Amino acid sequence: MSGFKKAFVLVAALGLAACSNTSWNDAGAGNAGGSGIAGSNLDPASPAYFQEAIGDRVLFLIDQSTLNPEAEAILQGQARWLASNSDYVVTIQGHADEQGTREYNLALGARRANSAREYLISQGVAGSRIQVVSYGKERPLEICSAESCYAKNRRAVTVLAGGLTG
Amino acid sequence: MRRKLTALVASLLLAAPLLTSGGAALAQNGPLRIEITDGVIEPLPYAVPGFLAETPAAADLANQITRVVAADLNGTGLFREVPATAHISTVSDFNAPVKFADWKAVNAQALITGAVSVNGKQLTVRFRGYDVFADKELGAGLQFSGTTDGWRRMAHKVADAIYSRITGESGYFDSRVVFVSETGPKNDRRKRLAIMDYDGAEVQYLTNSAALVLAPRFSPTGDRVLYTSYESGFPQIHVLDVGKVQRRVLSADKGIMSFAPRFAPDGKMVVYSQAEGGNTDLYTMDIATGSRTRLTNAPSIETAPSYSPDGSQIVFESDRSGSPQLYVMAASGGEARRISFGKGRYGTPVWSPRGDLIAFTKQNKGRFHIGVMRVDGSEERLLTASFLDEGPTWSPNGRVIMFTRETQGANGRALLYSVDILGRNLKPVRTPDGASDPAWSPLQQ
Repeated sequence: MSGFKKAFVLVAALGLAACSNTSWNDAGAGNAGGSGIAGSNLDPASPAYFQEAIGDRVLFLIDQSTLNPEAEAILQGQARWLASNSDYVVTIQGHADEQGTREYNLALGARRANSAREYLISQGVAGSRIQVVSYGKERPLEICSAESCYAKNRRAVTVLAGGLTG
Repeated sequence: MRRKLTALVASLLLAAPLLTSGGAALAQNGPLRIEITDGVIEPLPYAVPGFLAETPAAADLANQITRVVAADLNGTGLFREVPATAHISTVSDFNAPVKFADWKAVNAQALITGAVSVNGKQLTVRFRGYDVFADKELGAGLQFSGTTDGWRRMAHKVADAIYSRITGESGYFDSRVVFVSETGPKNDRRKRLAIMDYDGAEVQYLTNSAALVLAPRFSPTGDRVLYTSYESGFPQIHVLDVGKVQRRVLSADKGIMSFAPRFAPDGKMVVYSQAEGGNTDLYTMDIATGSRTRLTNAPSIETAPSYSPDGSQIVFESDRSGSPQLYVMAASGGEARRISFGKGRYGTPVWSPRGDLIAFTKQNKGRFHIGVMRVDGSEERLLTASFLDEGPTWSPNGRVIMFTRETQGANGRALLYSVDILGRNLKPVRTPDGASDPAWSPLQQ
């Protein structure tokens, strides 16, 4: 499959997300836990590889926006991928768990998204390629009201866009 | 879109002949009055026999109006209706003398009588209130005229007048609430703006659910609504003309997030939060010119601003101390003083329309509360407790608070609740679907 075709599918999915509020990118495997690169049979230049093999999201502690070493490792992988796939731009979505007011969580999500953005910039990604948006507590990935779910909801997700020339 | 009350006119009724047989005793009776204080309140018993239909076409409306008046008063928790089945007297002539003894016998301390006439689309409602044990009328009778499709508003105005005469405070029944209507599962919630009467009647939708919308806020006259929409992909502030259902974006800078807007009391300025580089600060914007002023400049989160009723100060939420707390500063910015010092985290402060209290959301030990405190932070009082209560809004008279309550777990759902500022009369507000982020309008004119 050519890069063009995959990119087209990706853009179509983004368009759908904009219309329906479905956070399609959250439905994926989203490898936040480990690198998972070894053994992957995905095309290393594909968005799917970015999401699943590198990991498209980093997680945060309660009320925190600082990156732990694991998160930094994922973002380093994202930066390397973006360096070799330079036609992509990204939007980093910052999210919070449901413990907190709507307004505070919007601000907290902005902090988290920016934290990931700053790290990508420190790893050589041009700031002009990275937009941030906060969803606060509006788009939970996991829906239980327990720390096991909250831990996965406190996240910054790097969503790819563009790539039409790839 | 707004229901037209083109000719909603209140006029004094001509004084009706009142036979006050026990007139000599009047001076010894104090006025009928509910003093709303901290003590236990025994609801005041009153009777509202069905309003008389003065034209054949008025029969249904007369009955419906009577029931809305009763529902308004009963819903305050300050009044208790003596049911019609207990009445031993009927009212068959709006202008005939009231048989006070018959209403005393069923212990109705107040009596409300009314008459309704319909001519074509024209509706006229007349009513009188009586202080039964003083054998006298509670103020002069009033008449409201308008069109039949505004019958609910007329009923609310009758109830507001009665409430006002008995409590000495203005009412809150002829008011509306704008809120976010919610459908769908927790991980795919669809949200759209809706508006309704304060009691949940007459719901209308103002946006579709294509874009996420949050936290609508009324203008000081209720003609416009500010809200946050993700229509562009980023949270940005929009303003909507309620009457025309026309909307436009106020802050359209690409990639800059703005949210938590509120009108200034002059209806011309907006205070809101803007997030840039991960840092959220407070700004004001002149709606007409779009010119902006930055009010805070700190690495901490500053959000959820709310003006004092005189427009001179702003209360807001900041985590500059390490956890979210409440602060007050001049409306032009500058030094802020912290007013919340209790245990836990404080957010979404809202200045009361009377100016004397600030309502807030408090999070402590895994529970959420709606509370009120004086503007200097003293006399904090928590009114509610649940898994998640947030986002208080004041009734026009500063007596009742409406807020969002969300239940926990995978099937968690948000609904609106109201509670009075003494923590009494907690109850759900009916909405067709899930609901959040209520904002109460001023009393309608």
